[in-house]
Amino acid sequence: MTTARSIIPLLNRLISRSQPSRSVTYMHRPGDGSPRPVTLIPGDGVGPLVTDAVEQVMEAMHAPVYFEKFEVHGTMKKFPEEVLDSIRKNKVCIKGGLATPMGGGVNSLNVYLRKELDLYASLVNCFNMRGLPTRHENVDIVVIRENTEGEYAGLEHEVVPGVVESLKVITKFCSERIASYAFEYAYLNNRKKVTAVHKANIMKLADGLFLEACREVAQKYPAIQYNEIIVDNCCMQLVSKPEQFDVMVTPNLYGNLVANTAAGICGGTGVMPGGNVGAEHAVFEQGASAGNVGKDSIVAQKTANPVALLLSSAMMLRHLQFPAFADRLETAVQKVILQGKVRTKDLGGSSTTQEVVDAVIDALD
Amino acid sequence: MATAIGKGHHSLYANFRPCYSLPSCKNTGEYSGPEYQVVRGVVESLKIITRQANLRVAEYAFHYTKEHGRERVSAIHKANIMQKTEGLFLKGSREVAEKTSEKSCSFCCLVVSNLYGNIISDLCAGLVGGLGLTASCKIGEGGIALAEAVPGSAPDIAGKNSANPTTLLLSGVSILRHLNLHDKPDQIQNAILDTIAEGKYRTADLGVFPGFFSRSRITSAVSIMGKLM
Repeated sequence: MTTARSIIPLLNRLISRSQPSRSVTYMHRPGDGSPRPVTLIPGDGVGPLVTDAVEQVMEAMHAPVYFEKFEVHGTMKKFPEEVLDSIRKNKVCIKGGLATPMGGGVNSLNVYLRKELDLYASLVNCFNMRGLPTRHENVDIVVIRENTEGEYAGLEHEVVPGVVESLKVITKFCSERIASYAFEYAYLNNRKKVTAVHKANIMKLADGLFLEACREVAQKYPAIQYNEIIVDNCCMQLVSKPEQFDVMVTPNLYGNLVANTAAGICGGTGVMPGGNVGAEHAVFEQGASAGNVGKDSIVAQKTANPVALLLSSAMMLRHLQFPAFADRLETAVQKVILQGKVRTKDLGGSSTTQEVVDAVIDALD
Repeated sequence: MATAIGKGHHSLYANFRPCYSLPSCKNTGEYSGPEYQVVRGVVESLKIITRQANLRVAEYAFHYTKEHGRERVSAIHKANIMQKTEGLFLKGSREVAEKTSEKSCSFCCLVVSNLYGNIISDLCAGLVGGLGLTASCKIGEGGIALAEAVPGSAPDIAGKNSANPTTLLLSGVSILRHLNLHDKPDQIQNAILDTIAEGKYRTADLGVFPGFFSRSRITSAVSIMGKLM
């Protein structure tokens, strides 16, 4: 990729002009540099392709992580206990999606993992990337979604033939902790506003309880603006004026819809990073639509977009307190996107996954 | 109407918005719901899906598609997570699809359950220019039809003569078509679209033009256009 190599110095100057660089003064504790084990689950569909991309890039960077790989598939009856033990030991996991059969039978293993490890916060960062023009500009939204209850409680039953009930459960406890996470995130990341998404005009008790919890937490952070928006209006505003949003906190189902919509307006679920976090563990995966394992044709032609999982792995490196490695990886990915020569089909190009990985490795400094 | 959607309109079962044709189940789904507090700090909300309601709305969707020359019907669901409830919704849609031998592919006509319908129709409205432009019509058994501007009474602009009248005018057009009167609604709709396209008379929600125009002025502009056609 000699063309890529000759452009890198120019890109370096372009990027450094907009972000004055200084060395990162991260004072580590002795021993922090020893390699950390991370559980890796390739998953189904495009999962193995994109997790392999992460492995290659980590190796190229000599990042202080090593992976313990486990095979898990969406068709399994239950999540293998050894994998859960590994995640409990390592505290951090990175995974591809697990395919969920539609409409009956096996429950989603993606959801099972989140509940079992009590990963109560799902976070997706949707932002405009330079070099990837979309309908809107200046978008930088973080959607923080409650991950364990709500419509995903999994409590359904057939009352009589032809009538099915599904229970949506909202608790003060879960609503409070997700609101606390959202405000804490805003505080630690210098964000100015938190917006709660709800449908409390219709589900007065359930979403009303969620809002009550958000309002209580908001009072503890007077420097952060707080407002509320009904979910249908929210979706409309997202597609017409997304720059008004900053951090958004939502219950389970709305979070899913809002995160995917926000990802869609910024370039698609192939580029947006994210993860799930609880008090004890963190599982990183593609930001939005993590359960979507891609079409068979993409798997066969090996043209899955690895950008989302690469950026999620950068978030993982930061979570593991390796900020310089995280910065290097993010900068390399941004350079490749800005350059625009190597892109998979969802971004309007025709490259394969491997070509994107090679370009990112080349762009690493 | 400032009341909660669907409450009290027991015989209304389908709500469609002509721009993107979204029949949705009005009195089941997430809005049917009893909610109750189990203990302090824990609330349950029931979502009820019935086969009968699903079949009704799916049949309406396919009927609408055929009548208006649309090619495809897509069912929107979340059956990977809510397998029984959404699964039942999907089954109903598939049964009707087989009966009418239509295939579902991309977005021409969408059939959805209540909450998703609300979200998607507002999202689509946002894409085309806002809630001031989309029409809405609720269909019930025995031929009842209720056309309204848009759910939401916008109390902040009430009484200021600045609401966009397009949406209610277009809903009126839907009613006329529902009554099988076809030439007048075409005339009115074309007049509305021409007024918007001309760009001289627009309310505040449609964009920045020197001097906002009032609702009554725009309505007059539309009727003048109509008479000239």
